[in-house]
Amino acid sequence: MIPLTHYLTLGAILFGLSIAGIFLNRKNVIIILMSIELMLLAVNMNFVAFSHFLGDTAGQVFVFFILTVAAAEAAIGLAILVVLFRNKGTINVADLDELQG
Amino acid sequence: MKLLYILTPLAPLCGAIAAGFFGKKLGRVNSHRVTIGGVGIAFLFSLIALFANLSGDGSVFDETIYTWMISGGITFEVGFLVDRLTVVMMTVVTSVSLMVHIYTIGYMHDDPGYQRFFSYISLFTFAMLMLVMANNFMQLFFGWEAVGLVSYLLIGFWYKKPTAIFANLKAFLVNRVGDFGFLLGIAAVLMYTGTLNYGETFAAAPELVGQTMELFPGTAWSVLTVTCICLFIGAMGKSAQIPLHVWLPDSMEGPTPISALIHAATMVTAGIFMVARMSPLFELSETALSFVLIIGSLTALLMGLVGIVQNDIKRVVAYSTLSQLGYMTVALGASAYSAAIFHLMTHAFFKALLFLAAGSVIIGMHHEQDIRKMGGLKKYMPITYWTSLIGTLALIGFPGFSGFFSKDAIIEAVHGSHITGSGFAYICVLLGVFITAFYSFRMFFLVFHGKERFDEHTREHLHESPKVVTVPLILLAIPSVILGGFTIGAMLFGDYFGNAIYVAEQHDVLAELGSHYHGALNFVLHGLQTPPFYLAAAGTLSAGVIYLYKPEIAEWFYKKFGFVHRLLDNKYGFDDFNQKVFAGGSLRIADKLWSVGDVKLIDGLMVNGTANSIGLFSQFARKLQSGYLYHYAFAMIIGLLAMLFIFIFTT
Amino acid sequence: MDNIGLATGEIFLLCAICVILIGDLFVSENRRQMSYLLSQLTLVITLILTWVVAPETGSATAFGGSFVMDPMSKLCKSWILVVSIGVFLYSRDYINARRIMNGEYYTLALSGVLGMMIMVSSSTMLTLYLGLELLSLSLYALVALNRTDEKSSEAAMKYFVLGALASGALLYGISMIYGATGSLHFDVIAAKLGEDSSSTAAVFGLAFVVVGIAFKFGAAPFHMWVPDVYEGAPTSVTLYISSAPKIAAFAISMRFLVDGLETAHASWQGMLIILSVLSIVIGNVIALAQVSIKRMLAYSTISHVGFILMGILAGNDQGYSASMFYAITYALTSMGAFGILLAMGRAGVEINLLTDLRGLFRRNPVYAAVMMVLLVSMAGVPPTVGFYAKLAVLNAVVQADLVWLAVLAVVFSVVGAFYYLRVIKYMFFDEPAETQPVDSSLDVQVGLTINGAAMILFGVFPGLIMAACVAAFAG
Repeated sequence: MIPLTHYLTLGAILFGLSIAGIFLNRKNVIIILMSIELMLLAVNMNFVAFSHFLGDTAGQVFVFFILTVAAAEAAIGLAILVVLFRNKGTINVADLDELQG
Repeated sequence: MKLLYILTPLAPLCGAIAAGFFGKKLGRVNSHRVTIGGVGIAFLFSLIALFANLSGDGSVFDETIYTWMISGGITFEVGFLVDRLTVVMMTVVTSVSLMVHIYTIGYMHDDPGYQRFFSYISLFTFAMLMLVMANNFMQLFFGWEAVGLVSYLLIGFWYKKPTAIFANLKAFLVNRVGDFGFLLGIAAVLMYTGTLNYGETFAAAPELVGQTMELFPGTAWSVLTVTCICLFIGAMGKSAQIPLHVWLPDSMEGPTPISALIHAATMVTAGIFMVARMSPLFELSETALSFVLIIGSLTALLMGLVGIVQNDIKRVVAYSTLSQLGYMTVALGASAYSAAIFHLMTHAFFKALLFLAAGSVIIGMHHEQDIRKMGGLKKYMPITYWTSLIGTLALIGFPGFSGFFSKDAIIEAVHGSHITGSGFAYICVLLGVFITAFYSFRMFFLVFHGKERFDEHTREHLHESPKVVTVPLILLAIPSVILGGFTIGAMLFGDYFGNAIYVAEQHDVLAELGSHYHGALNFVLHGLQTPPFYLAAAGTLSAGVIYLYKPEIAEWFYKKFGFVHRLLDNKYGFDDFNQKVFAGGSLRIADKLWSVGDVKLIDGLMVNGTANSIGLFSQFARKLQSGYLYHYAFAMIIGLLAMLFIFIFTT
Repeated sequence: MDNIGLATGEIFLLCAICVILIGDLFVSENRRQMSYLLSQLTLVITLILTWVVAPETGSATAFGGSFVMDPMSKLCKSWILVVSIGVFLYSRDYINARRIMNGEYYTLALSGVLGMMIMVSSSTMLTLYLGLELLSLSLYALVALNRTDEKSSEAAMKYFVLGALASGALLYGISMIYGATGSLHFDVIAAKLGEDSSSTAAVFGLAFVVVGIAFKFGAAPFHMWVPDVYEGAPTSVTLYISSAPKIAAFAISMRFLVDGLETAHASWQGMLIILSVLSIVIGNVIALAQVSIKRMLAYSTISHVGFILMGILAGNDQGYSASMFYAITYALTSMGAFGILLAMGRAGVEINLLTDLRGLFRRNPVYAAVMMVLLVSMAGVPPTVGFYAKLAVLNAVVQADLVWLAVLAVVFSVVGAFYYLRVIKYMFFDEPAETQPVDSSLDVQVGLTINGAAMILFGVFPGLIMAACVAAFAG
């Protein structure tokens, strides 16, 4: 049987990857959206693992809620992306610099 | 009753707000209607409170209305304590205030600041009611400062007049000295009893007897004495006792109704009221009582003397007020608190009367205030003449008039007192009687009798003042005559004040007097056989002789004793001393501090230096907000790492 | 028996949102006023329902212990609703004049309100998360509401990405705490940690949770979104973001940190100290260099958040109630300030620069006076409510033996006073750039005047709010 720590390590690695994806990526906003999805999945991994090892279903229920919210979040994120592209003609992260100071 | 008590101070406040903020919209007539209405309601409620209290079982209303805040275990509250002492003050304040409001319609008739004036005096009534109705030191201090504020506003009411502005500043500065003492006193109360509530403080006070504090290393001071003297310093400022009296004569630069209301009848007696309210504290410290006694007797005597050489009609009355305040303070020192309050009450009426009468004369003389330019006004202003006569007789303590009862009681009380300084005080107050009679009648004769010393132009326009002026005069003249005789029995020797005033048994001079008291009439008859009566008669007589028949005597006196005259004319040099030493000295020190400390160190190095460096830092820090999403995310990651660092640090 | 009736207010609000959303599709463009009226009516009814169902004393739970009604949630919800009513009132004319999607604004804002109410009433981490997301998602959409404006969409994108990052961190923390204690309920978590307070996994999770909360507050260093969003969003949305969500953020920090993790107080106190010091310093200092009034107010918000956090980190009941008082009164103050900006703007005229406020006194003396009172209150000058709020918080911090923190806060408040005074100077002593008087509908005028007067009223009689705040934590 795979011990809990392995799941948690995997979750942590995924989480770290997603964070790195958000702040290292300077090109495409879509990649950021993907990183956000990855981050939520890392959390899901944690929840499922804990839920299994604790023998408590609440964690798995939480996962379903996270998945639902993630869907809504993606929808809104993409909608904002579309509006942004229409106004600016670009989705380059480095071009989002009009608001500063 | 609670609602009634809350509404009593609020009614004048509403009037003040209406006249102050919406005065222009309301117009003159409506402004005075609103404010008079407010004060009228307050007066009515005060009367109800008075009668309820008289007919009731003497139970005391002591409740917190609103808790303002609780900070560090100390509660700051708004609450009312209504006992018999309070209702007396409430009635005096609101009734005099009402008279003054009505009188003002006539006096300020042509003044451009009409609404502003009404707003101020209503505001004053509110503040004074808050002061007398307080059940804790914080509210007392609020009222204390609020009445002070209105007083400054009103002294400087004619803000284009340089002397008024100077007087205003002087009143402000001198009162700061007193308030500083007062605040220290309150702080001491808070420090040693841990509460600001009167009841709790008084309950805790006996435990403080014998406790000492170290003001300077190696010295032991009785806590109670220091506290009481600090509180009394506050009273000295507000009630104008030597040496903090200098602001009161100058305050006469304000309009006359104010002189009557604030600087004679009500606000200046706040100090007297406060000490009487604090009687459970003062009774525990004989040193403080002696201090009070001596300050009071010096004020009573020395200020009366100055009154003799004054030529401004209002200033004479002002010095007489100072002297009478001295009498009240003497009574406090002799533990005759009820006598002090009694004199406060009678004095409020006859002094307001005298001031308003002086105001009436001033109106008649077209704002001429020099009594040397008056004379023979009797036939032009009969109502003013007769009411003035009543006021003057009450002031000098003519048997049967209300002033007689209160002043005689004080003199007798001092006579019977045994604490340190009472012998000296007795001599002072006796001499004071002669002097009071002398200056009062000097003014009276110079104004109303003798040769007419004004010009033709003035004579043509000289006539009795309008009804709004004379009616208050008459209304005030009535209590000036009868109030004393009716109330002396209950207030001084009966159990009127109940628990409101506490007197230690060994100090209780009034009880001793009370054992010889057999009705007001008897008191009058007894008064005819005592030295004060003869001294007053002598004073009146000599004033009559010198100023009506033999002015040469005064001339001769000036020539022979010029230095005495100069001394009095300079008011013992208090003003010059203050001007030169305090004002001048502090100006010089301040100048040095400014040029070196302020300009170079603080402005140059600290303020501007700091402002510049913060400005630079600000411009730099702004760059951190680069606008790039990945920088923002990076900042968040750093923050997250910092949180994790703390986690490692604490576990 | 599960007492589902406790959530009557929320359920009603949800139904009403659906009705307004659908109803808005069918009314013609020129009768859009209906959405406004319905929304206001909804808020009022929700407020009444909340009061009716709230238990007299103590607390009651519903949905298997996931939803709690206690004095704190009742108070927070009431103020969130009251503030939202004001927000809608001030926003109406602005939205109408610009033809920004009318019905959508109200439905999105109402769902945000629903999210806040759920956050406030949450007693498990799941409900808290759902409420938080409901609010956040509504806010992302609201910021982007001005579809043709570049700044609006840029701000929305930034807000969205950073917000998602923050909620990811929060979720990660929640999963850790769940793993350490085996429960999502705050009371069970508290009980578990009480037995074994050295649970490192839980404290590890705590760090992530604090990040999530700090982001919601906009506390430094998680504040970067605040100025950009305040500036980019339509002013009516900025008004919304700057007011009620602060109360909700306060509520979730109480739920998490006090109801759930109070045993780890030593740990989160340290974290909050860093956050609050950074917020007060950065907020006040950078605000000095701003030329845009919206950005200036954004940085000022950051510094005020530092004060709210200070009350929480004091870790005693006095601090919690002071902090709550601060959050509520700050929401009112901020609402008024942005309300003035909204009232000054007209179709095609946005108030953005500080200099746009020049000569407001000539153009509308009442608004200038109200704005002055609001700014003075933000600066913390007596007798306004801002003074008392700061005093109460500082008092609590001193009680907790953190005198240096109080001193630092006061010093930077003095720095802060400068930029508020500068605005007052512009309003009263400078010549207006345009002389046209500022005018708005009567109800807005009345609302703003009451808003300004309330700053003084609550400053002189803080007990009107403070008593309830103290009572909320007394039990």
